[in-house]
Amino acid sequence: MSDLAIRNLFIIPTIVFLIVFNIFPLLYSLGYSFTDFRASTNAPANFVGLDNYRTLLSDPFIWRNFTITAKYVIVSVTGQVIVGFGVAMLLNREIPFKGLLTTLLLLPMMLSMAVVGLFWKMLYDPNFGVINYALGLGKFEWLADPDMALYAIAIADIWMWSPFVMLLSLAGLSAVPKHLYEAAAIDRASGLYTFFRITLPLVAPILMIAIIFRTMEAFKTFDLAYILASQPTTEVISIRLYKMAFQEWQTGMSCALAYIVLIMVLAITNIYIKYLNKVKER
Amino acid sequence: MAAVRTRGEVIRHRLSVTAVLVILLITLAPIFWITATAFKPRNLATTMPPTVFFEPEISPFVKLFTKRSQLREPPTEEVYNAAPWWEKTVFDGGEKVVRSGRGEVQPSGYPSRFLNSLIVAITSTVLAVSMGTITAYGFSRFKVKGEDDWLFFILSTRMLPPVVVAIPMFLMYRAVGLNDTHLGLIILYTAFNLSFSVWLMKGFIDEIPKEYEDAALVDGYTRMQAFFKIVLPEAATGIAATAVFCFITAWNEYAFALIMTNRRAQTAPPFIPSQVGSGLPDWTVIAAGTFLFLLPVAIFTFLLRNHLLRGMSFGAIRK
Repeated sequence: MSDLAIRNLFIIPTIVFLIVFNIFPLLYSLGYSFTDFRASTNAPANFVGLDNYRTLLSDPFIWRNFTITAKYVIVSVTGQVIVGFGVAMLLNREIPFKGLLTTLLLLPMMLSMAVVGLFWKMLYDPNFGVINYALGLGKFEWLADPDMALYAIAIADIWMWSPFVMLLSLAGLSAVPKHLYEAAAIDRASGLYTFFRITLPLVAPILMIAIIFRTMEAFKTFDLAYILASQPTTEVISIRLYKMAFQEWQTGMSCALAYIVLIMVLAITNIYIKYLNKVKER
Repeated sequence: MAAVRTRGEVIRHRLSVTAVLVILLITLAPIFWITATAFKPRNLATTMPPTVFFEPEISPFVKLFTKRSQLREPPTEEVYNAAPWWEKTVFDGGEKVVRSGRGEVQPSGYPSRFLNSLIVAITSTVLAVSMGTITAYGFSRFKVKGEDDWLFFILSTRMLPPVVVAIPMFLMYRAVGLNDTHLGLIILYTAFNLSFSVWLMKGFIDEIPKEYEDAALVDGYTRMQAFFKIVLPEAATGIAATAVFCFITAWNEYAFALIMTNRRAQTAPPFIPSQVGSGLPDWTVIAAGTFLFLLPVAIFTFLLRNHLLRGMSFGAIRK
């Protein structure tokens, strides 16, 4: 076989597979987003133009879902960056059994989010939960309290994903040339000065990858929030979308909402991949 | 870091190590707790204050795999003595194992979900890694017009929110009868992992010197032989790491499984939380199911430890 034939044989099936199972379904739902189709009935779909989009964008409840999602993203990603980067700074020294320690610290992010949600539910339980006991909070309702529930979910998310930020930060920190620190020490630069002028700028590109990736994932969050709580105050956009599509069976409307979410995710993806390629070129 | 010198540095170093150990404890505590609960007798699982020291039992695992019903009255001594050891543990907890008319032990819903998870995760991993490897080779070794755009397209399919993809897929699967089938889930997970596998494998194959194949080609190998006999063996570590990542992703996946399956092809992630449902859940059984489900992932994490950074950054950061 010629090289050209092999190249095509190796690449085309993957592209076709992804088009058939990712792009084609999206075109299919784009079509439905302009109709009043409901998958629970046999009634034919009527073309309604941009009505679904108009309804959604002027619906105060949908905006509330987006606000909740934004709050969740900010709390959870900020927490992950502080904890993850902080632990990476602490770990960035000679410690016995460092490899083993790091692997153990990374364990949470490898687990299933659904199952993590389940066992945090157990830890948060007001009657027998270990968290209330450890913090001496009595029968505090973490998940039934409408104001607290979103933060409770974010805490579980921070537990799970800080290791990811830590992993990437460690890579960034270990790439900072040692002689820069030695030079700073000779100049008697303060710890703070060294951190802001040497450490942070050099770690920044990798840290940005971690932040953008986690932002995107937190924006899409479904499993953890869906399993932990069912408060109106924890209804992030993916849960709203799921309920609209598979419980209320507003198929046409949910396809329109899916498109609004999709455009937002693609915008973040675009930034993310640009950063990935930037780091790769170094 | 430079060798520790002054007293201030010694103290700072010790404080940092202590802080790391405290954080390690907080990180592992929830995992320890679910593991401990999996070995507790039922009456100690939900006590306040929580029970830390107890005699470990195997009964949660027996209960995990069998269908049981509440005992109205304790079994007669004869029945109890005739029962095998594992059935006794169920009797001790005030329940009995449900048997069919012919005396066969009826299984709970767990084993079939676990098996479904294995089938779906393994098959989709094999497909995603084999397709991903050859595609990565294609991108790595040949000129492809608009290569960056294609790679961007491939990775962007990975970033799609599962619920967004699930809506049209659900309708299409319903039309062709793929809802609640293994094949349906396998296709979804293969698509999801394929983009990841292409990106990660491209990094690994880029690292294999082109000269190896060139030498083989000069020696009369065809391009295909060079790929199979030179490149694949060189890429073995990369293939293994990619496969483990794909397996873990498919194994852990929840949203697609929740939407696309309900019984026949249901995997463990939607099943395990559904046990909490109504009434008083037996947390020891749920913990036992969780423990068995998390165990393979924990083992794989240790095997993967040197590739985690690479995998989590889609091959972009190699260290």
